[in-house]
Amino acid sequence: MHEMSLCEGIRKVVEAQAAAHAASKITKVRLEIGRFAGVEKHALAFAFEVVMRGSVAEGAMLEMIDLPGRALCFECAEEVEIDNRLNPCPTCGSGKLMPTGGQEMRIKDLEAI
Amino acid sequence: MCTVCGCGESKVAGHSHDHSHHHHHDHDHGDLHFGHGPAGVSVPGMSEARLIEVETDILAKNNIYAQRNRAALAGLGALALNLVSSPGSGKTTLLCRTIEAFGDGPLAVIEGDQQTANDAERIRATGAKAMQVNTGKGCHLDGHMVGHAMEHLELSPGAMLFIENVGNLVCPAGFDLGEDAKVAILSVTEGEDKPLKYPDIFTASRLALLNKVDLAPHCDVDLDLYETNLRRVNPEIEILRISARTGEGMAAWIAWLKAALAAKPRKDATR
Repeated sequence: MHEMSLCEGIRKVVEAQAAAHAASKITKVRLEIGRFAGVEKHALAFAFEVVMRGSVAEGAMLEMIDLPGRALCFECAEEVEIDNRLNPCPTCGSGKLMPTGGQEMRIKDLEAI
Repeated sequence: MCTVCGCGESKVAGHSHDHSHHHHHDHDHGDLHFGHGPAGVSVPGMSEARLIEVETDILAKNNIYAQRNRAALAGLGALALNLVSSPGSGKTTLLCRTIEAFGDGPLAVIEGDQQTANDAERIRATGAKAMQVNTGKGCHLDGHMVGHAMEHLELSPGAMLFIENVGNLVCPAGFDLGEDAKVAILSVTEGEDKPLKYPDIFTASRLALLNKVDLAPHCDVDLDLYETNLRRVNPEIEILRISARTGEGMAAWIAWLKAALAAKPRKDATR
């Protein structure tokens, strides 16, 4: 999903944060990416390197923290963790699941000098 | 191109205005573009790394625009539906038929495509107000584009606003436009497993319209399997079988629209 434009969004936030904190260089960017966020991590890492060129975060390390996929099972009425969008409920085997978590795409923090 | 607002590549092309058009899309969007100041200067001796807590959604800027649109719609008691589908599912034909069947209430359309104003022209031919938004290289509409288009449309209180997103089953799922609901349009020629292949868009939708059902006998498809697969990725999704061409199921769709519009709270009593 449009990893290049997501990176352009990251660059804007990073540049704003760097300016606000008078940082001369950003050495690391940590993201939290949900299992169901629709983000292809390899594509994001590739785009990140390209998009950050010429910014305060040029050459910065990119770390992606995975957040688990969660869904509400309509049979058990409980929130369960699932690895795959189409997996059945690990408790009761029902296929009636509504995703409740795992769509996150957040910039957690930055390392700056 | 500005990621969130699409400025630089996108343009809003609509009906002619007698006032001068002031959205040149070369503005800087305020506080996100001030990263060219003192931070670019290196400070000798300051080498110790420090942590800056950010905790910001990557799409935060889009979400701000979307909330602004949602508030504007709430103020008018207008209902906005974000129509999502793959290219060629029959969205524009469906919209034209819907406008004809909808009756007299105020109605407007925002048309999103990468290029051409063809769709807005088709909508305007029905007599409805329409704005074309060309996204350039963009694969989806975003909150900022829709906000500009809404300003141009000057929506009436209690209006029905259809936002026809760029034909794409992937990216529009992630971008809130401020709409009341997403409506997915899936034509029977696309294959029963589309909801399983592209689950996010169907999970994000309140209603799925299974369109072109008149073609079902000619293309060996199982309409019940479409419904099973839609419910597998979204147990709460509502489904209507329709054909914009023959009119089958259109009455149920219009009834759904009228009920959704009637359920939208009205802040003012002008209607």
